[in-house]
Amino acid sequence: MAFAAFATTTSDADQAPRRKSPVALLLLLPGILYLVLFFLTPLVSLLLTSFQTPIEGGDIGQYAYAFRWENYVEVVTAYLPHILRSFAFALTATVLALIFSYPLAYFIGVTARRWPLVQSLMLVLVIAPFFISFLLRTLAWKQILSDESFIITSLKAVALMAPDAHFTGTSAAVIFGLTYNFIPFMTLPLYTTLERLDTRYLEAGSDLYAHPVEVFRKVTIPLSMPGIVAGTLLTFIPAAGDYVNASRDFLGGPDSQMIGNVIEANFLVLQNYPAAAALSIILMTVILVIVMVYVKRAGTEELL
Amino acid sequence: MKISLGRWLLPVYSVLALVFLMVPIVYTFIFSFNDSQKSNITWRGFTFDKWLNVCNVQNGAVCQAFSNSLIIGAVATVAATTLGTMIAIAIVRYRFRFRSATSLLLFLPMATPEVVLGAGLAAQFLSVGVPKDMLTIILAHTMFCISFVVVTVKARVASLDPALEEAGRDLYGSPGQVFLRITFPLLLPGILAAALLSFALSFDDFIITNFNSGAVTTFPKYIYISAARGIPAEANVVASAVFILALVIVVSAQVSASARAKRLAKD
Amino acid sequence: MSTGAFAAQGADLELVGIQKRFPGFTAIEHLDLKIPAGSFFALLGPSGCGKTTTLRLVAGLEAPTAGRILIGGTDVTDQKSFQRPVNTVFQSYALFPHMTVLENVAFGLRRRRIDEPVAKAHEALRLVELDHLAARKPQQLSGGQQQRVALARAIVNRPALLLLDEPLGALDLKLRRQMQLELKAIQEEVGLTFLHVTHDQEEAMTMADTVAVMNKGRIEQMGAPEELYELPKTAFVANFLGQSNLFTGPVVGSTRDAISVGVAGHNIVVPAARAHRHIGEVTIGIRPEKLSLHLSAPADDAARNTLGPGRVIDVSFSGVSTQYLIDVPHLGNLVVFAQNMGFGPVADEHAEVWVSWAIEHGFGLEDEPGDTPKFESDTTTRSIAAQRRASLVTELEEI
Repeated sequence: MAFAAFATTTSDADQAPRRKSPVALLLLLPGILYLVLFFLTPLVSLLLTSFQTPIEGGDIGQYAYAFRWENYVEVVTAYLPHILRSFAFALTATVLALIFSYPLAYFIGVTARRWPLVQSLMLVLVIAPFFISFLLRTLAWKQILSDESFIITSLKAVALMAPDAHFTGTSAAVIFGLTYNFIPFMTLPLYTTLERLDTRYLEAGSDLYAHPVEVFRKVTIPLSMPGIVAGTLLTFIPAAGDYVNASRDFLGGPDSQMIGNVIEANFLVLQNYPAAAALSIILMTVILVIVMVYVKRAGTEELL
Repeated sequence: MKISLGRWLLPVYSVLALVFLMVPIVYTFIFSFNDSQKSNITWRGFTFDKWLNVCNVQNGAVCQAFSNSLIIGAVATVAATTLGTMIAIAIVRYRFRFRSATSLLLFLPMATPEVVLGAGLAAQFLSVGVPKDMLTIILAHTMFCISFVVVTVKARVASLDPALEEAGRDLYGSPGQVFLRITFPLLLPGILAAALLSFALSFDDFIITNFNSGAVTTFPKYIYISAARGIPAEANVVASAVFILALVIVVSAQVSASARAKRLAKD
Repeated sequence: MSTGAFAAQGADLELVGIQKRFPGFTAIEHLDLKIPAGSFFALLGPSGCGKTTTLRLVAGLEAPTAGRILIGGTDVTDQKSFQRPVNTVFQSYALFPHMTVLENVAFGLRRRRIDEPVAKAHEALRLVELDHLAARKPQQLSGGQQQRVALARAIVNRPALLLLDEPLGALDLKLRRQMQLELKAIQEEVGLTFLHVTHDQEEAMTMADTVAVMNKGRIEQMGAPEELYELPKTAFVANFLGQSNLFTGPVVGSTRDAISVGVAGHNIVVPAARAHRHIGEVTIGIRPEKLSLHLSAPADDAARNTLGPGRVIDVSFSGVSTQYLIDVPHLGNLVVFAQNMGFGPVADEHAEVWVSWAIEHGFGLEDEPGDTPKFESDTTTRSIAAQRRASLVTELEEI
């Protein structure tokens, strides 16, 4: 699957002898043209929209092209908490998913190597959530963790939760939902690198250091770095832009709205296209900067 | 005592982690048998009714949304797999100018949050004046699937020994015959995997769809809209059926692959 | 295998003025080569010498920058790979993994719409004694079996010319020796022209009628294996095919039959017929196994050259023979191979020894002295180190 490929570098692709040929152009052109038309130009029109100004005397949702940079100032002033909250939530969910996934991926990829069938069946269970609509999964959690649910009422009964406290509708619930939904995106790339991990390195490590914690820190973690980078990116990027988990009909509440919710509301409900576009550009720019810095520092530049 | 605890810690944790992942799936499955009225929140007793009359609720809205999702998924998968496979072959096999620009163009859609992709396309359709319907959803889904197809197929092309195609030419195969009889059959597993992934991505996509669907309802969009007033158990039926079908396909593929590997090892 | 659409027998191959440039480097500078029909021809050289490029040019997998390729007198330079009456046994075998052994062998016949492809494929598999595995997939075969399937897949097409690209490289030593004999036998049986590319000098010498030694994109010397070994023309050939002791010095006298070369105070005689240059500075050589070791100064013998005294600086015993490394003052190190006729080595380390050889065993090279390569193909690290030392000594003496 692509998640596996995400974790591999392109080194093996570079070995085949490459030749120049007009065939290459024929193969590339349709797909590239498609991406230019339906990925690149939309980004440009998003950028243009973000500077639009309302038509004077026009209806709601009618805008004219301009260079109204104040749009950016306005959305940042109005929605700074949402922007910060989005990145904070995404970061927390990414760290939680990494902590959750690493031991699981290690078990499937390294410990379970001796039993290929167990390995492949566990892998199927990891990707099983993909087979069922993530909206339904999120709604299921909402109901499992609702105020009337068995779990919450028992927590309240043993006084681990205050009697008038809620779980759904809180920031914790949104982070929980994000973490849950992106765990497979974290586990799979981790699994692919750990599965190829040569255990002789670990034996050599324990031969030289003799301390399991040290081996893990100095050998296992560095060797699984490509998987960690791919997994965290695959979790962080979609989590930062997600608006389903934080939606009020799902796990979110009024105080846990994310930037995605604001973009959705402005675009689809309020028809304030310039505001939605400006927020999208901000989101994308911040993510690209984070990704570039992160990938540079982690040392695996080629992801595709 | 301490040693055996350490040895069991990881397997026990892994099993619990997988159980945790399964919780909402099992919940959804169980509630597909709930004898619910309008909303499907509290348990009212076991029934097969929802499975048997899945298309009867709300004038078949669930099934309509489901069939929309199937059509969109199928068309977008064919389009994205074709375009993506062509790009993957070109990238591995040929030298061309603007190579790094091409890689960037393929990487960016995967590094862009869906909400930005969705809003961008919607802004473009708006400014060009294209009405949102099935076609705009298909165009959007094809776009975000292409990069994933390229990544998946590229790995397969790269692992294909160029000497195999050379041998085909050496053994009197014309370029067309070599592609049909050697290259394509050998790439097929990768292409199929890419197509399955595309279909899964398209079928489960909500965020981009929501921006570009207009009045058309896909299955995830139906759930999103109904979430406010309660999801009928029929939605659980459809999701559970899809889940079981996908599980059967994947597990049987895994089992047959491991059987084949065993057979090869034995000979 | 009675009907062949292309050739009942092999055809000759002619390369005229071939040049091949890749972006950034030239693989073949200028190559002229003629391989007679029905021969087993080996192109021998180190990696990067252009031999594989030559093979790919003949197969049509690469196009030459300049020059013509003729097969059986027909110019095929502009023909595509699939139009040429040539088949290749690839280094990696390149068996199609998604087809059975039988389908693999029948592939070329089917593409050319030859009648009864299956019967002919079975026949070819019988020739390589693998017909019982026809229904298997290639990955279910051992390396040696895969190699034979690749051979059957090529020869079933009765090509005018069969190209073998290091076909035995992936096999272990014992299997390789066995396959060498089998390949040779099959070539004699089917009578095709074989062009075999290898870096293994022993393989080339065992199998081929004619060996061409290639270096840096050109052919250094071509001939029967014995001829190349006994009378190498260049220092490269002298050291790539086996080992040689080489000395450089001026010609100090010559008769009709022989020349005399002054080397570090000794006069060394080489038959005139075996020396390529007869005046000025020349390089002469002698094979290590032609040298005799003496523990005392041998009596003067007009039929033998003598060097010494020298000192044994290394003895390595390898079963059949013992290799001695002898330091002769002002001359550098000599390698001597002595058959183990008795028990154990005849001279110990540090012993004082003399060496001698029959005059008719020496040879004189065509090379200008000075471009003698500091290169040996088939030596232990010890003798490489020794050679390094020797070359350092000569360099110091030149100053």
